[in-house]
Amino acid sequence: MKFFKYIMVGFLFGFGAYKMEMISFFRIYEMFLFQSFHMYGIIISGIIIGIIITQLFKRGFVKTNHGDVKKFNPKAHTWPRYIIGGIIFGMGWALTGVCSGMMFVLMGSGYTVFAIFIASAMLGTFVYGLTRQYLPH
Amino acid sequence: MDFLNQIHELLSSQWPWWMGGISIGLTLFLLLYFGKEFGLSANLRTMCAADGAGDYSDFFNFDWQSQGWNLMVALGAMFGGYMAATYFSPGHHAHISQETVVALNEISADVPGSSLTYGNIPIVPAPTAENADLPKFWNLYSWDSLFTLRGLIIIVGGGFLIGFGSRYAGGCTSGHAISGIADLQLPSLIAVVSFFIGGLIMTYFFLPYILQIHI
Repeated sequence: MKFFKYIMVGFLFGFGAYKMEMISFFRIYEMFLFQSFHMYGIIISGIIIGIIITQLFKRGFVKTNHGDVKKFNPKAHTWPRYIIGGIIFGMGWALTGVCSGMMFVLMGSGYTVFAIFIASAMLGTFVYGLTRQYLPH
Repeated sequence: MDFLNQIHELLSSQWPWWMGGISIGLTLFLLLYFGKEFGLSANLRTMCAADGAGDYSDFFNFDWQSQGWNLMVALGAMFGGYMAATYFSPGHHAHISQETVVALNEISADVPGSSLTYGNIPIVPAPTAENADLPKFWNLYSWDSLFTLRGLIIIVGGGFLIGFGSRYAGGCTSGHAISGIADLQLPSLIAVVSFFIGGLIMTYFFLPYILQIHI
């Protein structure tokens, strides 16, 4: 039962992601051609509302359900991983039109071949885990 | 009953972009309220660890069971996608612009009968009951497609790049573009700019040629 609330959060996100066509290969292609505001509107409005929400938690105006002030982990200021890893991720995003959240939504929407996509993404993460000590971070 | 029908009709209509702010904001708010983070690619690491990847790399030696909540978010996202696709999406269209349709038809120009019509673009490139007349050129997300070189590159190759890149960069579109930038983290901004650089390189230099492979 303690997991039920997380399933509900995921449900809201997945439902919205499908309805806003965030799972659409064609929408992602359109975004990278800069031919519509749609995807940018989703990302920018998500960020603006996200900044407000994050600040409310950070400054303690809103506390977690345990009554604590939410702690945020600052990310390390080392650049190669964000640039190289980001470019690799971006290439995958444009190639399939899918990012790591959308692969679950698509799998649920009935495109069962995404089981293979998810397995391949796990393999990618596994290979990163094996090779990370040799990669520039 | 009439009221429920009206709600069903409203949810089934096309959602404007600003619903993104509401939907993403609500997701972020609830996860922070529960003391967690919004970042879906972390699940890939958890799934590897749960399958015993810790025997091969210390990167997977962590208390993966403490991440079970995030797997539940992913499970919920699957269920949300199922409900939206099954009951709330008449037509299953992606409402992309006319310029984009022209650009897509340029890619498929050499294959007769492959052009898409503005206003009748399926939500994803896969044949469904509603889009049975989808040109074969645009059949990408299916088991048939997986057994072609093109489909293998797009499904297996794309998955690998997403899995490798998101962990290397320490997050994905939800972890960096939303959570990280919302926390005003400079590394996340650098990561998102890099996502776009990678996406533009793929879109302009590789994707049209990959789509034209017909083996």
